[in-house]
Amino acid sequence: MVLVFAESQKGNFKKTAFEAVTYGYKTAQVLGTECVALALGTAHNAADLGLYGASKVLHVADAALDQFDSQVYAKVIAEASQQVGANVIVLSHTSTGKSIHGRLAARLSAGSVAGVNSIPTADGGFKVKKGVFSGKAIAEYEIKSEVKVLSVMGNSLQPAVVGSAAAVETLSIAVPASRVKVKSVSRIEGIVPLPEAELVVSAGRGMKGPENWGIVEDLANVLGATTACSRPVADVHWRPHHEHVGQTGIAIRPNLYIAIGISGAIQHLAGVNNSKTIVVINKDPEAPFFKAADYGVVGDLFEVVPKLTEAFKKFKAAE
Amino acid sequence: MKILVCVSKTPDTTTKIAFNASNTELDGNGVQYIMNPYDEWYALVRALELKEALGGTVTLINVGPADNDQVIRKGLAIGADDAVRIDMNPPSALNVAFQIAEHARAESYDLILLGKETIDYNGSEIGAMVAEYLDLPFVSYATKLDTSDGKTATIQRDIEGGVEEVEVDTPFVLSAAKGLAEQRIPNMKGIMMAKSKALKVLAPAAFEDKAVTVQYTLPPAKSAVKMIAPENMEELVKLLHEEAKVI
Ligand SMILES: Cc1cc2nc3c(=O)[nH]c(=O)nc-3n(C[C@H](O)[C@H](O)[C@H](O)COP(=O)(O)OP(=O)(O)OC[C@H]3O[C@@H](n4cnc5c(N)ncnc54)[C@H](O)[C@@H]3O)c2cc1C
Ligand SMILES: Nc1ncnc2c1ncn2[C@@H]1O[C@H](COP(=O)(O)O)[C@@H](O)[C@H]1O
Repeated sequence: MVLVFAESQKGNFKKTAFEAVTYGYKTAQVLGTECVALALGTAHNAADLGLYGASKVLHVADAALDQFDSQVYAKVIAEASQQVGANVIVLSHTSTGKSIHGRLAARLSAGSVAGVNSIPTADGGFKVKKGVFSGKAIAEYEIKSEVKVLSVMGNSLQPAVVGSAAAVETLSIAVPASRVKVKSVSRIEGIVPLPEAELVVSAGRGMKGPENWGIVEDLANVLGATTACSRPVADVHWRPHHEHVGQTGIAIRPNLYIAIGISGAIQHLAGVNNSKTIVVINKDPEAPFFKAADYGVVGDLFEVVPKLTEAFKKFKAAE
Repeated sequence: MKILVCVSKTPDTTTKIAFNASNTELDGNGVQYIMNPYDEWYALVRALELKEALGGTVTLINVGPADNDQVIRKGLAIGADDAVRIDMNPPSALNVAFQIAEHARAESYDLILLGKETIDYNGSEIGAMVAEYLDLPFVSYATKLDTSDGKTATIQRDIEGGVEEVEVDTPFVLSAAKGLAEQRIPNMKGIMMAKSKALKVLAPAAFEDKAVTVQYTLPPAKSAVKMIAPENMEELVKLLHEEAKVI
Protein backbone atom coordinates (compact mmCIF):
# COMPACT_ATOMS: atom_id res chain seq x y z
CA MET A 1 0.00 0.00 0.00
CA VAL A 2 1.11 3.55 -0.76
CA LEU A 3 0.65 6.06 2.08
CA VAL A 4 0.73 9.75 1.18
CA PHE A 5 1.27 12.39 3.83
CA ALA A 6 -0.93 15.28 2.65
CA GLU A 7 0.47 18.54 3.98
CA SER A 8 -1.91 21.23 5.14
CA GLN A 9 -1.51 24.77 6.33
CA LYS A 10 -4.01 26.12 8.85
CA GLY A 11 -6.13 23.09 8.05
CA ASN A 12 -6.17 23.67 4.29
CA PHE A 13 -4.55 21.32 1.82
CA LYS A 14 -2.25 22.92 -0.67
CA LYS A 15 -1.55 22.10 -4.27
CA THR A 16 1.60 20.22 -3.23
CA ALA A 17 -0.64 17.84 -1.25
CA PHE A 18 -2.80 17.15 -4.31
CA GLU A 19 0.34 16.57 -6.37
CA ALA A 20 1.62 14.13 -3.76
CA VAL A 21 -1.69 12.22 -3.74
CA THR A 22 -1.70 12.12 -7.55
CA TYR A 23 1.87 10.79 -7.41
CA GLY A 24 0.89 8.23 -4.79
CA TYR A 25 -2.11 7.12 -6.84
CA LYS A 26 -0.01 6.62 -9.96
CA THR A 27 2.64 4.77 -7.96
CA ALA A 28 -0.02 2.52 -6.46
CA GLN A 29 -1.23 1.71 -9.98
CA VAL A 30 2.28 0.66 -10.99
CA LEU A 31 2.51 -1.56 -7.91
CA GLY A 32 -1.04 -2.90 -8.25
CA THR A 33 -2.08 -1.65 -4.84
CA GLU A 34 -4.10 1.16 -3.29
CA CYS A 35 -3.23 4.69 -2.27
CA VAL A 36 -4.21 6.01 1.15
CA ALA A 37 -3.78 9.60 2.31
CA LEU A 38 -2.80 10.72 5.80
CA ALA A 39 -3.83 14.08 7.28
CA LEU A 40 -2.41 15.42 10.53
CA GLY A 41 -3.92 18.03 12.85
CA THR A 42 -6.74 20.30 11.78
CA ALA A 43 -7.85 19.28 8.28
CA HIS A 44 -10.72 20.81 6.35
CA ASN A 45 -12.23 18.91 3.42
CA ALA A 46 -9.94 15.92 3.94
CA ALA A 47 -12.42 13.80 1.96
CA ASP A 48 -11.43 15.77 -1.15
CA LEU A 49 -8.09 13.97 -1.23
CA GLY A 50 -10.16 11.14 -2.69
CA LEU A 51 -10.61 13.19 -5.85
CA TYR A 52 -6.92 12.75 -6.59
CA GLY A 53 -6.94 9.02 -6.05
CA ALA A 54 -6.82 8.31 -2.30
CA SER A 55 -9.09 5.34 -1.61
CA LYS A 56 -9.46 6.57 1.95
CA VAL A 57 -8.09 9.27 4.19
CA LEU A 58 -6.64 8.57 7.62
CA HIS A 59 -6.79 11.47 10.01
CA VAL A 60 -4.89 11.97 13.24
CA ALA A 61 -6.82 14.94 14.56
CA ASP A 62 -4.80 15.86 17.68
CA ALA A 63 -4.53 19.67 17.79
CA ALA A 64 -0.95 19.35 19.05
CA LEU A 65 -0.12 18.56 15.41
CA ASP A 66 -1.08 22.06 14.33
CA GLN A 67 2.43 23.01 15.32
CA PHE A 68 5.06 21.40 13.19
CA ASP A 69 8.01 19.50 14.57
CA SER A 70 9.87 17.01 12.39
CA GLN A 71 10.45 14.57 15.24
CA VAL A 72 6.80 14.46 16.30
CA TYR A 73 5.56 14.24 12.71
CA ALA A 74 8.01 11.48 11.82
CA LYS A 75 6.93 9.42 14.83
CA VAL A 76 3.24 9.79 13.99
CA ILE A 77 3.67 9.10 10.26
CA ALA A 78 5.92 6.11 10.97
CA GLU A 79 3.39 4.68 13.37
CA ALA A 80 0.49 5.25 10.97
CA SER A 81 2.44 3.57 8.18
CA GLN A 82 3.16 0.56 10.38
CA GLN A 83 -0.46 0.30 11.51
CA VAL A 84 -1.71 0.17 7.93
CA GLY A 85 1.26 -1.75 6.55
CA ALA A 86 2.48 0.81 3.99
CA ASN A 87 5.35 -0.20 1.67
CA VAL A 88 5.79 3.20 0.07
CA ILE A 89 5.48 6.52 1.89
CA VAL A 90 5.12 9.63 -0.26
CA LEU A 91 5.79 13.18 0.96
CA SER A 92 6.00 16.57 -0.73
CA HIS A 93 9.53 17.90 -1.30
CA THR A 94 8.71 21.09 0.61
CA SER A 95 10.59 22.43 3.63
CA THR A 96 8.11 20.56 5.82
CA GLY A 97 8.34 17.33 3.80
CA LYS A 98 12.12 17.51 3.55
CA SER A 99 12.59 17.74 7.29
CA ILE A 100 10.45 14.63 7.85
CA HIS A 101 11.72 12.59 4.90
CA GLY A 102 15.17 11.73 6.28
CA ARG A 103 13.76 10.98 9.71
CA LEU A 104 11.28 8.48 8.31
CA ALA A 105 13.98 6.77 6.28
CA ALA A 106 16.22 6.41 9.35
CA ARG A 107 13.36 5.43 11.64
CA LEU A 108 11.98 2.76 9.33
CA SER A 109 15.33 1.61 7.88
CA ALA A 110 13.83 2.56 4.55
CA GLY A 111 15.61 3.37 1.34
CA SER A 112 14.72 6.89 0.28
CA VAL A 113 14.98 9.21 -2.69
CA ALA A 114 14.41 12.92 -2.11
CA GLY A 115 12.95 15.12 -4.81
CA VAL A 116 11.77 12.52 -7.32
CA ASN A 117 10.25 13.89 -10.53
CA SER A 118 8.77 10.83 -12.24
CA ILE A 119 6.64 7.85 -11.32
CA PRO A 120 8.59 4.75 -10.16
CA THR A 121 8.88 1.62 -12.28
CA ALA A 122 8.62 -1.82 -10.74
CA ASP A 123 9.73 -4.35 -13.34
CA GLY A 124 13.14 -5.62 -12.29
CA GLY A 125 13.32 -3.79 -8.97
CA PHE A 126 11.74 -0.61 -7.65
CA LYS A 127 13.36 2.25 -9.58
CA VAL A 128 12.77 5.98 -9.54
CA LYS A 129 14.41 9.08 -11.01
CA LYS A 130 15.37 12.59 -10.00
CA GLY A 131 17.29 15.52 -11.52
CA VAL A 132 20.87 15.97 -10.29
CA PHE A 133 23.89 18.23 -10.92
CA SER A 134 21.82 21.38 -11.37
CA GLY A 135 19.61 19.77 -13.98
CA LYS A 136 22.61 18.60 -16.02
CA ALA A 137 21.71 14.92 -15.52
CA ILE A 138 19.03 12.54 -14.35
CA ALA A 139 19.87 9.84 -11.80
CA GLU A 140 17.95 6.61 -11.52
CA TYR A 141 17.87 4.92 -8.11
CA GLU A 142 16.95 1.43 -7.08
CA ILE A 143 15.40 1.04 -3.65
CA LYS A 144 15.87 -2.42 -2.21
CA SER A 145 14.30 -2.16 1.24
CA GLU A 146 10.83 -3.41 2.07
CA VAL A 147 9.64 0.10 3.00
CA LYS A 148 10.46 3.04 0.70
CA VAL A 149 10.24 6.76 1.29
CA LEU A 150 9.91 9.27 -1.57
CA SER A 151 9.47 13.04 -1.64
CA VAL A 152 7.92 14.52 -4.76
CA MET A 153 9.43 17.62 -6.37
CA GLY A 154 6.86 20.39 -6.66
CA ASN A 155 5.30 20.96 -10.10
CA SER A 156 6.77 17.72 -11.45
CA LEU A 157 3.26 16.50 -12.21
CA GLN A 158 -0.17 18.09 -12.32
CA PRO A 159 -2.81 17.03 -9.80
CA ALA A 160 -5.43 15.03 -11.69
CA VAL A 161 -8.98 14.34 -10.59
CA VAL A 162 -9.53 10.59 -10.92
CA GLY A 163 -12.07 9.74 -8.22
CA SER A 164 -14.60 11.09 -5.79
CA ALA A 165 -14.62 12.17 -2.15
CA ALA A 166 -13.12 9.49 0.09
CA ALA A 167 -14.14 8.21 3.50
CA VAL A 168 -12.19 9.83 6.33
CA GLU A 169 -11.19 7.49 9.14
CA THR A 170 -9.91 8.79 12.45
CA LEU A 171 -6.69 7.14 13.49
CA SER A 172 -5.74 7.35 17.12
CA ILE A 173 -2.03 7.69 17.65
CA ALA A 174 -0.49 9.16 20.78
CA VAL A 175 1.25 12.40 19.86
CA PRO A 176 4.52 12.84 21.79
CA ALA A 177 5.50 16.24 23.20
CA SER A 178 7.71 18.38 21.00
CA ARG A 179 11.16 19.45 22.15
CA VAL A 180 11.15 22.42 19.76
CA LYS A 181 9.09 25.38 20.95
CA VAL A 182 7.55 27.42 18.16
CA LYS A 183 7.63 31.07 19.26
CA SER A 184 6.17 32.70 16.19
CA VAL A 185 5.24 32.01 12.58
CA SER A 186 5.01 34.77 10.02
CA ARG A 187 3.87 34.13 6.50
CA ILE A 188 3.61 36.59 3.69
CA GLU A 189 -0.10 36.52 2.99
CA GLY A 190 -1.77 36.72 -0.36
CA ILE A 191 1.03 35.53 -2.64
CA VAL A 192 1.88 32.02 -3.71
CA PRO A 193 5.29 31.14 -2.23
CA LEU A 194 8.00 30.71 -4.88
CA PRO A 195 8.51 26.95 -4.51
CA GLU A 196 4.82 26.41 -5.27
CA ALA A 197 4.32 29.14 -7.86
CA GLU A 198 3.27 28.08 -11.37
CA LEU A 199 4.02 31.47 -12.85
CA VAL A 200 7.12 33.44 -11.91
CA VAL A 201 8.33 36.84 -13.09
CA SER A 202 11.96 37.38 -12.19
CA ALA A 203 14.33 40.29 -12.70
CA GLY A 204 18.04 41.00 -12.34
CA ARG A 205 20.65 43.68 -12.39
CA GLY A 206 19.41 44.92 -15.75
CA MET A 207 16.69 46.72 -13.77
CA LYS A 208 19.29 49.31 -12.68
CA GLY A 209 17.69 49.98 -9.30
CA PRO A 210 14.91 48.98 -6.89
CA GLU A 211 12.84 52.05 -7.84
CA ASN A 212 12.23 50.50 -11.27
CA TRP A 213 10.53 47.33 -10.03
CA GLY A 214 7.04 48.72 -10.62
CA ILE A 215 7.00 47.37 -14.20
CA VAL A 216 7.96 43.90 -12.94
CA GLU A 217 5.23 43.97 -10.30
CA ASP A 218 2.65 45.17 -12.83
CA LEU A 219 3.48 42.25 -15.08
CA ALA A 220 3.33 39.81 -12.17
CA ASN A 221 0.00 41.22 -11.02
CA VAL A 222 -1.61 40.88 -14.42
CA LEU A 223 -0.47 37.27 -14.62
CA GLY A 224 -1.10 36.39 -10.99
CA ALA A 225 2.59 35.45 -10.85
CA THR A 226 5.06 35.42 -7.95
CA THR A 227 8.11 37.68 -8.24
CA ALA A 228 11.70 36.47 -7.97
CA CYS A 229 15.17 37.93 -8.51
CA SER A 230 18.81 37.10 -9.19
CA ARG A 231 21.29 36.90 -6.35
CA PRO A 232 23.13 40.22 -6.75
CA VAL A 233 19.79 41.98 -6.62
CA ALA A 234 18.98 40.38 -3.25
CA ASP A 235 22.55 40.88 -2.02
CA VAL A 236 22.32 44.66 -2.42
CA HIS A 237 18.80 44.63 -0.91
CA TRP A 238 16.98 45.82 -4.00
CA ARG A 239 14.66 42.90 -3.33
CA PRO A 240 13.99 40.72 -0.25
CA HIS A 241 16.12 37.60 0.22
CA HIS A 242 13.21 35.22 -0.06
CA GLU A 243 12.94 36.17 -3.75
CA HIS A 244 16.48 35.01 -4.56
CA VAL A 245 16.45 32.01 -6.89
CA GLY A 246 19.39 29.91 -8.04
CA GLN A 247 22.02 27.61 -6.69
CA THR A 248 22.34 29.46 -3.39
CA GLY A 249 18.73 30.60 -3.26
CA ILE A 250 15.53 28.74 -3.94
CA ALA A 251 15.25 26.14 -6.69
CA ILE A 252 11.95 26.42 -8.52
CA ARG A 253 10.21 24.68 -11.40
CA PRO A 254 7.22 26.78 -12.41
CA ASN A 255 5.29 26.31 -15.64
CA LEU A 256 6.39 29.74 -16.80
CA TYR A 257 9.55 31.63 -15.82
CA ILE A 258 9.96 35.11 -17.28
CA ALA A 259 13.54 36.39 -16.81
CA ILE A 260 14.00 40.13 -17.20
CA GLY A 261 17.47 41.70 -17.33
CA ILE A 262 19.15 38.54 -16.02
CA SER A 263 22.27 37.32 -17.83
CA GLY A 264 21.70 33.61 -17.14
CA ALA A 265 24.83 32.65 -15.20
CA ILE A 266 25.06 28.92 -14.53
CA GLN A 267 24.45 29.45 -10.80
CA HIS A 268 21.21 31.26 -11.63
CA LEU A 269 20.17 28.59 -14.15
CA ALA A 270 20.79 25.89 -11.54
CA GLY A 271 17.71 27.07 -9.69
CA VAL A 272 15.40 27.72 -12.61
CA ASN A 273 16.30 25.50 -15.56
CA ASN A 274 13.68 22.92 -14.64
CA SER A 275 10.96 25.45 -15.42
CA LYS A 276 8.62 24.15 -18.10
CA THR A 277 8.76 27.26 -20.26
CA ILE A 278 11.37 30.01 -20.03
CA VAL A 279 10.99 33.49 -21.54
CA VAL A 280 14.09 35.69 -21.59
CA ILE A 281 14.02 39.46 -22.09
CA ASN A 282 17.50 40.94 -22.47
CA LYS A 283 19.04 43.70 -24.55
CA ASP A 284 22.16 41.65 -25.21
CA PRO A 285 21.59 39.00 -27.91
CA GLU A 286 24.68 37.17 -26.60
CA ALA A 287 23.30 36.79 -23.05
CA PRO A 288 23.82 33.12 -22.06
CA PHE A 289 20.23 32.87 -20.82
CA PHE A 290 18.96 32.68 -24.42
CA LYS A 291 20.54 29.21 -24.73
CA ALA A 292 18.30 27.96 -21.92
CA ALA A 293 15.21 29.82 -23.12
CA ASP A 294 12.15 28.67 -25.04
CA TYR A 295 11.20 32.18 -26.13
CA GLY A 296 13.54 35.14 -26.34
CA VAL A 297 13.08 38.86 -26.81
CA VAL A 298 16.10 41.03 -27.55
CA GLY A 299 15.25 44.54 -26.47
CA ASP A 300 15.28 47.18 -23.77
CA LEU A 301 13.34 45.80 -20.84
CA PHE A 302 11.99 49.24 -19.96
CA GLU A 303 10.14 49.21 -23.28
CA VAL A 304 9.45 45.49 -23.67
CA VAL A 305 8.03 44.72 -20.22
CA PRO A 306 5.22 47.33 -20.24
CA LYS A 307 4.29 46.14 -23.76
CA LEU A 308 4.14 42.54 -22.57
CA THR A 309 1.98 43.58 -19.62
CA GLU A 310 -0.42 45.31 -22.02
CA ALA A 311 -0.55 42.22 -24.23
CA PHE A 312 -1.36 40.00 -21.24
CA LYS A 313 -4.05 42.46 -20.14
CA LYS A 314 -5.66 42.27 -23.57
CA PHE A 315 -5.44 38.49 -23.52
CA LYS A 316 -7.04 38.29 -20.05
CA ALA A 317 -9.82 40.67 -21.06
CA ALA A 318 -10.60 38.58 -24.14
CA GLU A 319 -10.64 35.30 -22.22
CA MET B 1 30.26 24.44 23.12
CA LYS B 2 31.34 21.21 21.54
CA ILE B 3 30.25 21.51 17.93
CA LEU B 4 30.33 19.06 15.02
CA VAL B 5 30.08 20.41 11.48
CA CYS B 6 29.28 17.97 8.67
CA VAL B 7 31.05 18.95 5.46
CA SER B 8 30.70 17.52 1.99
CA LYS B 9 32.44 17.84 -1.33
CA THR B 10 30.54 18.61 -4.52
CA PRO B 11 31.37 19.39 -8.12
CA ASP B 12 31.37 23.13 -8.75
CA THR B 13 28.16 24.14 -10.55
CA THR B 14 30.16 25.44 -13.48
CA THR B 15 31.97 22.17 -14.26
CA LYS B 16 30.93 19.93 -17.09
CA ILE B 17 29.27 16.72 -16.04
CA ALA B 18 30.11 13.39 -17.74
CA PHE B 19 29.70 9.75 -16.77
CA ASN B 20 31.69 6.55 -17.19
CA ALA B 21 31.08 4.28 -20.19
CA SER B 22 28.29 2.35 -18.49
CA ASN B 23 26.69 5.56 -17.17
CA THR B 24 26.76 4.24 -13.64
CA GLU B 25 29.17 6.74 -12.12
CA LEU B 26 30.23 10.34 -12.44
CA ASP B 27 33.45 10.64 -14.45
CA GLY B 28 35.58 12.69 -12.06
CA ASN B 29 38.19 13.58 -14.72
CA GLY B 30 38.49 17.32 -15.05
CA VAL B 31 35.68 17.93 -12.58
CA GLN B 32 36.39 20.82 -10.26
CA TYR B 33 35.37 20.07 -6.69
CA ILE B 34 34.51 22.51 -3.92
CA MET B 35 33.27 22.33 -0.36
CA ASN B 36 29.48 22.44 -0.42
CA PRO B 37 28.72 26.18 -0.05
CA TYR B 38 26.06 25.75 2.65
CA ASP B 39 28.53 23.78 4.78
CA GLU B 40 31.44 26.17 4.22
CA TRP B 41 29.80 29.59 4.19
CA TYR B 42 27.07 29.14 6.78
CA ALA B 43 27.31 26.02 8.97
CA LEU B 44 31.06 26.18 9.55
CA VAL B 45 31.29 29.95 9.99
CA ARG B 46 28.40 30.10 12.46
CA ALA B 47 30.03 27.27 14.42
CA LEU B 48 33.28 29.26 14.59
CA GLU B 49 31.43 32.39 15.70
CA LEU B 50 29.73 30.46 18.52
CA LYS B 51 33.07 29.04 19.59
CA GLU B 52 34.62 32.51 19.56
CA ALA B 53 31.79 33.83 21.72
CA LEU B 54 31.31 30.96 24.14
CA GLY B 55 34.48 28.87 23.95
CA GLY B 56 34.64 25.20 22.99
CA THR B 57 35.68 23.25 19.93
CA VAL B 58 34.62 22.85 16.31
CA THR B 59 35.18 19.43 14.76
CA LEU B 60 34.58 18.64 11.09
CA ILE B 61 33.29 15.33 9.83
CA ASN B 62 33.20 14.02 6.29
CA VAL B 63 32.18 10.61 5.05
CA GLY B 64 34.26 10.05 1.96
CA PRO B 65 37.46 8.77 0.33
CA ALA B 66 40.98 10.18 0.80
CA ASP B 67 40.46 12.64 -2.10
CA ASN B 68 38.20 14.60 0.23
CA ASP B 69 41.08 15.55 2.54
CA GLN B 70 41.68 18.66 0.47
CA VAL B 71 38.20 19.97 1.22
CA ILE B 72 38.53 19.02 4.89
CA ARG B 73 41.87 20.89 5.11
CA LYS B 74 40.14 23.96 3.74
CA GLY B 75 37.64 23.76 6.59
CA LEU B 76 40.54 23.49 9.05
CA ALA B 77 42.18 26.50 7.38
CA ILE B 78 38.99 28.51 7.86
CA GLY B 79 39.25 27.74 11.55
CA ALA B 80 37.93 24.34 12.67
CA ASP B 81 40.02 22.67 15.38
CA ASP B 82 40.19 19.12 14.10
CA ALA B 83 38.51 16.71 11.73
CA VAL B 84 37.31 13.17 11.28
CA ARG B 85 36.95 11.39 7.96
CA ILE B 86 35.02 8.15 7.77
CA ASP B 87 36.91 6.39 5.04
CA MET B 88 34.47 5.12 2.43
CA ASN B 89 32.76 6.03 -0.83
CA PRO B 90 29.25 6.32 0.57
CA PRO B 91 26.66 4.79 -1.76
CA SER B 92 23.63 6.33 -0.04
CA ALA B 93 22.48 9.25 2.09
CA LEU B 94 21.29 6.92 4.84
CA ASN B 95 24.75 5.38 5.03
CA VAL B 96 26.40 8.81 5.36
CA ALA B 97 23.97 9.77 8.13
CA PHE B 98 24.50 6.45 9.88
CA GLN B 99 28.28 6.93 9.91
CA ILE B 100 27.97 10.52 11.20
CA ALA B 101 25.57 9.40 13.93
CA GLU B 102 27.85 6.52 14.98
CA HIS B 103 30.69 8.98 15.48
CA ALA B 104 28.55 11.64 17.16
CA ARG B 105 26.92 9.23 19.60
CA ALA B 106 30.23 8.51 21.28
CA GLU B 107 31.34 12.16 21.38
CA SER B 108 28.19 13.84 22.81
CA TYR B 109 28.30 17.10 20.84
CA ASP B 110 26.17 20.05 22.00
CA LEU B 111 25.37 20.98 18.46
CA ILE B 112 25.57 19.24 15.09
CA LEU B 113 25.51 21.58 12.10
CA LEU B 114 24.99 20.69 8.44
CA GLY B 115 24.30 22.56 5.23
CA LYS B 116 20.66 22.68 4.17
CA GLU B 117 21.50 20.55 1.13
CA THR B 118 24.32 19.59 -1.18
CA ILE B 119 24.29 21.44 -4.48
CA ASP B 120 24.84 18.29 -6.58
CA TYR B 121 22.08 15.96 -5.39
CA ASN B 122 19.99 18.46 -3.38
CA GLY B 123 18.80 15.66 -1.11
CA SER B 124 18.34 17.77 1.99
CA GLU B 125 17.87 14.61 4.00
CA ILE B 126 21.05 13.87 5.94
CA GLY B 127 20.36 16.31 8.81
CA ALA B 128 16.99 14.75 9.53
CA MET B 129 18.50 11.27 9.34
CA VAL B 130 21.31 12.09 11.78
CA ALA B 131 18.78 13.65 14.17
CA GLU B 132 16.59 10.56 14.00
CA TYR B 133 19.48 8.13 14.58
CA LEU B 134 20.50 10.16 17.64
CA ASP B 135 16.94 10.85 18.80
CA LEU B 136 17.62 14.60 18.78
CA PRO B 137 15.51 17.61 17.75
CA PHE B 138 16.18 18.86 14.22
CA VAL B 139 15.78 22.44 13.07
CA SER B 140 16.09 22.84 9.30
CA TYR B 141 16.78 25.86 7.06
CA ALA B 142 18.08 28.06 9.85
CA THR B 143 18.86 31.64 8.84
CA LYS B 144 19.65 32.85 12.37
CA LEU B 145 20.98 30.98 15.39
CA ASP B 146 21.52 32.69 18.71
CA THR B 147 22.47 31.33 22.10
CA SER B 148 23.88 33.27 25.00
CA ASP B 149 24.66 30.30 27.23
CA GLY B 150 25.17 27.42 24.80
CA LYS B 151 22.19 25.66 26.37
CA THR B 152 19.08 27.24 24.91
CA ALA B 153 19.03 28.53 21.35
CA THR B 154 16.67 30.81 19.49
CA ILE B 155 16.50 30.08 15.80
CA GLN B 156 14.86 31.62 12.78
CA ARG B 157 14.10 29.20 10.01
CA ASP B 158 12.62 29.38 6.54
CA ILE B 159 9.28 27.68 6.07
CA GLU B 160 6.98 27.65 3.03
CA GLY B 161 6.29 31.27 2.25
CA GLY B 162 7.52 32.62 5.55
CA VAL B 163 9.69 32.51 8.62
CA GLU B 164 9.33 30.67 11.92
CA GLU B 165 11.06 31.39 15.20
CA VAL B 166 11.73 28.46 17.49
CA GLU B 167 13.49 27.76 20.75
CA VAL B 168 15.30 24.55 21.49
CA ASP B 169 17.71 23.20 24.11
CA THR B 170 21.03 21.63 23.21
CA PRO B 171 21.90 19.07 22.05
CA PHE B 172 20.20 19.33 18.67
CA VAL B 173 20.85 19.11 14.93
CA LEU B 174 20.54 22.15 12.68
CA SER B 175 20.77 22.70 8.93
CA ALA B 176 22.12 26.02 7.70
CA ALA B 177 20.59 28.21 5.01
CA LYS B 178 21.77 31.48 3.51
CA GLY B 179 21.90 34.25 6.09
CA LEU B 180 23.17 32.19 9.02
CA ALA B 181 26.67 33.68 8.66
CA GLU B 182 28.98 35.49 6.26
CA GLN B 183 31.49 33.53 4.21
CA ARG B 184 35.09 33.58 5.51
CA ILE B 185 38.11 33.28 3.23
CA PRO B 186 40.99 31.27 4.73
CA ASN B 187 44.12 33.36 5.27
CA MET B 188 47.78 32.31 4.99
CA LYS B 189 48.11 31.74 8.73
CA GLY B 190 45.01 29.55 8.73
CA ILE B 191 46.30 27.54 5.80
CA MET B 192 49.67 26.99 7.52
CA MET B 193 48.02 26.04 10.81
CA ALA B 194 45.64 23.63 9.10
CA LYS B 195 48.57 21.43 8.10
CA SER B 196 49.30 20.50 11.69
CA LYS B 197 45.70 20.03 12.84
CA ALA B 198 44.49 16.50 13.48
CA LEU B 199 42.56 14.76 10.72
CA LYS B 200 41.54 11.38 12.04
CA VAL B 201 40.66 8.70 9.51
CA LEU B 202 38.26 6.06 10.78
CA ALA B 203 36.92 2.87 9.26
CA PRO B 204 33.17 2.87 8.57
CA ALA B 205 30.70 0.90 10.65
CA ALA B 206 28.90 -1.90 8.81
CA PHE B 207 25.76 -0.73 7.05
CA GLU B 208 23.56 -2.26 4.38
CA ASP B 209 22.60 0.24 1.68
CA LYS B 210 18.94 0.46 0.83
CA ALA B 211 18.85 2.88 -2.08
CA VAL B 212 21.60 3.17 -4.66
CA THR B 213 22.02 4.97 -7.98
CA VAL B 214 21.94 2.55 -10.88
CA GLN B 215 22.05 4.76 -13.95
CA TYR B 216 22.67 8.33 -15.10
CA THR B 217 21.20 9.84 -18.22
CA LEU B 218 21.43 13.25 -19.80
CA PRO B 219 18.25 15.32 -19.99
CA PRO B 220 16.62 15.60 -23.43
CA ALA B 221 18.20 18.41 -25.46
CA LYS B 222 16.38 21.70 -25.25
CA SER B 223 14.84 22.77 -28.57
CA ALA B 224 16.22 26.00 -29.99
CA VAL B 225 14.97 29.30 -28.62
CA LYS B 226 12.24 31.06 -30.61
CA MET B 227 13.01 34.74 -30.97
CA ILE B 228 10.17 37.24 -30.94
CA ALA B 229 10.43 40.86 -32.06
CA PRO B 230 10.20 43.32 -29.15
CA GLU B 231 7.31 45.18 -30.77
CA ASN B 232 5.32 41.97 -31.11
CA MET B 233 4.38 41.02 -27.56
CA GLU B 234 0.89 39.86 -28.63
CA GLU B 235 2.67 37.12 -30.56
CA LEU B 236 4.54 36.04 -27.44
CA VAL B 237 1.33 35.90 -25.41
CA LYS B 238 -0.32 33.86 -28.16
CA LEU B 239 2.58 31.38 -28.22
CA LEU B 240 2.52 31.03 -24.45
CA HIS B 241 -1.17 30.29 -24.63
CA GLU B 242 -1.44 28.11 -27.73
CA GLU B 243 1.98 26.49 -28.09
CA ALA B 244 3.49 26.30 -24.60
CA LYS B 245 0.02 26.13 -22.98
CA VAL B 246 1.27 27.68 -19.76
CA ILE B 247 -1.29 30.50 -19.55
C1 LIG C 1 29.10 30.17 -5.76
C2 LIG C 1 28.15 31.11 -6.45
C3 LIG C 1 26.78 30.97 -6.24
C4 LIG C 1 25.88 31.82 -6.89
N1 LIG C 1 24.54 31.61 -6.69
C5 LIG C 1 23.66 32.40 -7.40
C6 LIG C 1 22.26 32.19 -7.28
O1 LIG C 1 21.78 31.37 -6.50
N2 LIG C 1 21.42 32.95 -8.02
C7 LIG C 1 21.88 33.92 -8.89
O2 LIG C 1 21.06 34.56 -9.54
N3 LIG C 1 23.21 34.14 -9.00
C8 LIG C 1 24.10 33.42 -8.29
N4 LIG C 1 25.43 33.67 -8.41
C9 LIG C 1 25.85 34.85 -9.20
C10 LIG C 1 25.88 34.58 -10.69
O3 LIG C 1 27.13 34.01 -11.03
C11 LIG C 1 25.69 35.90 -11.46
O4 LIG C 1 26.67 36.81 -11.05
C12 LIG C 1 24.32 36.53 -11.25
O5 LIG C 1 23.30 35.59 -11.48
C13 LIG C 1 24.13 37.70 -12.19
O6 LIG C 1 22.95 38.39 -11.89
P1 LIG C 1 22.18 39.22 -13.02
O7 LIG C 1 21.92 38.35 -14.17
O8 LIG C 1 21.03 39.88 -12.36
O9 LIG C 1 23.23 40.39 -13.35
P2 LIG C 1 24.18 40.56 -14.60
O10 LIG C 1 25.02 39.36 -14.85
O11 LIG C 1 24.85 41.86 -14.40
O12 LIG C 1 23.20 40.64 -15.81
C14 LIG C 1 22.35 41.73 -16.09
C15 LIG C 1 21.72 41.48 -17.44
O13 LIG C 1 20.78 42.49 -17.73
C16 LIG C 1 20.87 42.85 -19.08
N5 LIG C 1 20.38 44.23 -19.23
C17 LIG C 1 20.95 45.37 -18.75
N6 LIG C 1 20.19 46.44 -19.04
C18 LIG C 1 19.13 45.98 -19.73
C19 LIG C 1 17.99 46.61 -20.33
N7 LIG C 1 17.79 47.93 -20.24
N8 LIG C 1 17.11 45.83 -20.96
C20 LIG C 1 17.27 44.48 -21.04
N9 LIG C 1 18.33 43.85 -20.50
C21 LIG C 1 19.25 44.59 -19.85
C22 LIG C 1 22.33 42.69 -19.43
O14 LIG C 1 22.49 42.47 -20.83
C23 LIG C 1 22.73 41.48 -18.61
O15 LIG C 1 22.59 40.28 -19.34
C24 LIG C 1 26.35 32.84 -7.76
C25 LIG C 1 27.72 32.98 -7.96
C26 LIG C 1 28.63 32.14 -7.31
C27 LIG C 1 30.10 32.32 -7.56
N1 LIG D 1 29.58 12.70 2.68
C1 LIG D 1 29.26 13.57 3.64
N2 LIG D 1 30.00 13.71 4.75
C2 LIG D 1 29.67 14.58 5.72
N3 LIG D 1 28.60 15.37 5.66
C3 LIG D 1 27.82 15.29 4.58
C4 LIG D 1 28.09 14.40 3.51
N4 LIG D 1 27.14 14.55 2.58
C5 LIG D 1 26.31 15.52 3.03
N5 LIG D 1 26.71 15.97 4.24
C6 LIG D 1 26.08 17.02 5.05
O1 LIG D 1 24.67 16.94 4.91
C7 LIG D 1 24.15 18.15 4.37
C8 LIG D 1 22.93 17.88 3.54
O2 LIG D 1 23.24 16.99 2.50
P1 LIG D 1 22.12 16.26 1.64
O3 LIG D 1 21.11 15.75 2.60
O4 LIG D 1 22.85 15.18 0.93
O5 LIG D 1 21.57 17.31 0.71
C9 LIG D 1 25.33 18.76 3.64
O6 LIG D 1 25.17 20.16 3.47
C10 LIG D 1 26.47 18.41 4.57
O7 LIG D 1 26.51 19.28 5.69
